[in-house]
Amino acid sequence: MSDSPEHEQHIVSPKVYVAILLALLTLTATTVAASYVEMYVFNAVVALAIAVIKASLVVLFFMHVKYSPRLTKLTVVSGLFVFLCLISMTLADYVSRAWGRW
Amino acid sequence: MSDSTAIAHGAEAGAHHEHPPYQRHHFETVNQQFDATNFAMWLFLLTEIMFFGGLFTAYLILRNWYYPAFVEGSHQLSIFWGTANTTVLIISSFTMAMSVWNAQMRRKSALLLCLVLTFILGLVFLGIKGIEWHEKWVKFHVPGLHYSDQTFLNPASDHEVYAEYHDKPLAPDMASKAQQYFFLYFAMTGMHALHMVIGICILGFMIVRAKAGAYTSGHVTFVENFGLYWHFVDIVWIFLFPLLYLISRHQ
Repeated sequence: MSDSPEHEQHIVSPKVYVAILLALLTLTATTVAASYVEMYVFNAVVALAIAVIKASLVVLFFMHVKYSPRLTKLTVVSGLFVFLCLISMTLADYVSRAWGRW
Repeated sequence: MSDSTAIAHGAEAGAHHEHPPYQRHHFETVNQQFDATNFAMWLFLLTEIMFFGGLFTAYLILRNWYYPAFVEGSHQLSIFWGTANTTVLIISSFTMAMSVWNAQMRRKSALLLCLVLTFILGLVFLGIKGIEWHEKWVKFHVPGLHYSDQTFLNPASDHEVYAEYHDKPLAPDMASKAQQYFFLYFAMTGMHALHMVIGICILGFMIVRAKAGAYTSGHVTFVENFGLYWHFVDIVWIFLFPLLYLISRHQ
């Protein structure tokens, strides 16, 4: 480790932060506006899709994952993967046992 | 800076590498130390994802089971206050990100300003949350403590909400399930608010330390890692807001 060249801590410029702030505020306005449009099941789909985009922007830029070492990226992705596995296994259990018969 | 080099030089010469006082002995370099603590912070945040994930999964399943009760329950929330709080929290995430930048740039007074703004925005968020919770108390929507099914047995009795949504009366067994919506509402927003309270306390501590110049002499790890925590709490709200407030508007 000590022989490997040092990677400097990447400093993210305020311009990026301002751009992300504006994007997040725009997406918030979009998701609220979308909730006033009748889209049946797609209301939830659109709201969650926008939430995922917002969360990704926060993780990548505010939390610096885009500029982080590969270990950090791997940690974040594997954490989300395990989380999705746990949710889908739980749901598989509920769906296959008594869905619609409670 | 001058006293930090003095301390490093003052240690037994040759016993170990010269390094800044904030570098622990067991790390080769400051960067290695930064990466290790950053990694540890992410591991902690992953446990937090699992923790909130359990609540989200419970919400997902129960909302599908008791769909009419959850829809009418969520009609009780104010989209205006929810949007206001989302905006406040996003701006506080921005000021936190700017705190990290100011610490990296060693701009002490700008760092203090950003930390204080984050602190104030956190309090504003909790204030708005308090207004919303108070309304739940007034309307008997606090499960276990101060609760009545009345609104869901007879939605027309709640004039304001009825004027907007024209909810149909629920059968008594389904109406009683609205209490589960409010139980999860309080569990999720309450846990989120508890994280905000902890964050605000740490921010207060950081403001005191920043005044003493702690984070503007090259050692930004604490600010950076606290930033990760604050942004994580923001992300939880980014998902709570649509799930609790928005997706049931038309159902």
